[in-house]
Amino acid sequence: MTVHNLYIFDRNGTCLHYSEWNRKKQAGISKEEEYKLMYGMLFSIRSFVNCRKDGFMSFHTSRYKLHYYETPTGIKLVMNTDLGVQNCRDTLQQIYSTLYVEYIVKNPLCVLGESLQSDLFNSKLDSFIRALPFFNIRAA
Amino acid sequence: MAIFSVFVVNKAGGLIYQYDNYVTRAEVEKTFSFPLDLVLKIHDEKVIVSFGQRDGIRVGHGVLSINGVDVNGKYTAEGKEIVEYLKDPANYPVSIKFGRPRLSSNEKLMLASMFHSLFAIGSQLSPEVGSSGIEMLETDVFKLHCFQTLTGIKFIVLADPRQTGIDALLRKIYEIYSDFALKNPFYSLEMPIRCELFDQNLKSALEIAEKAGTFGPGS
Repeated sequence: MTVHNLYIFDRNGTCLHYSEWNRKKQAGISKEEEYKLMYGMLFSIRSFVNCRKDGFMSFHTSRYKLHYYETPTGIKLVMNTDLGVQNCRDTLQQIYSTLYVEYIVKNPLCVLGESLQSDLFNSKLDSFIRALPFFNIRAA
Repeated sequence: MAIFSVFVVNKAGGLIYQYDNYVTRAEVEKTFSFPLDLVLKIHDEKVIVSFGQRDGIRVGHGVLSINGVDVNGKYTAEGKEIVEYLKDPANYPVSIKFGRPRLSSNEKLMLASMFHSLFAIGSQLSPEVGSSGIEMLETDVFKLHCFQTLTGIKFIVLADPRQTGIDALLRKIYEIYSDFALKNPFYSLEMPIRCELFDQNLKSALEIAEKAGTFGPGS
């Protein structure tokens, strides 16, 4: 089991943060384009699903699983893992509440709505993900 | 009973078959006095609740009928605009029925082609090599299962999250498609499926799948 990568988007579609751990294939387009494509896909899925409460939670293909969590303020956390991981909702919620809120929202130097520059956040996030029970470098 | 609907999408993203198996349609009828305590807006030629959930009426529900008479899009049966009609205090008290708006066939075509591109993007953004498109999409109220054949036809089943045995059902539908649509001499490829035998066999396959795998553990 492994974690591939993590995207954080704000409600306007700006990619606030991206980090990757065990990613084997790049999309073949620039990162900027990839963020737009990912956000566009999530936006379409949201309108495609069109239901109340939690709405869209995850999808999987033959090789990976995408977990999605959205806060009421529109911050969207997207994590790609392999298929063995069951439910990441709590993990994503924890990333939001213990990392994003603590190190970004409470940091007056971080401008909301722009890509996150905080080294503290990056290192905390990295160690948080590496400590997850399903983060286990299989082939890296 | 927990399989909601079946879609068949051809390799160009066109919807060639759609069947609604089981429709849970919560409809709420309520009598209102002036002024209306819901905020309504017009969306896609329908009048939709945009704010103010109460008594089972939810955001996203559409106006289905006024005083027991079905509405016609954003107009009342007499041809007046619903929003204007509800602004007039003389028309109160008024009884309005709300419910989830029905999907028109155009909307179904649109959703099918939307899924077609989502499927492709899902495979392009894969962090792993050699990934297929979206096989299962999970929400809190339903799961969408998709099976793409080698020839590019997609069979899509929308079911309750707890329904089991969908993979077998998708393969069974593929078999039914091969037997009763493709072998039908009057069926032209990539075109909408209008074959009676296909309909019948699909319905019985759905019934069997529902009986076999309802609410089993996991899925």
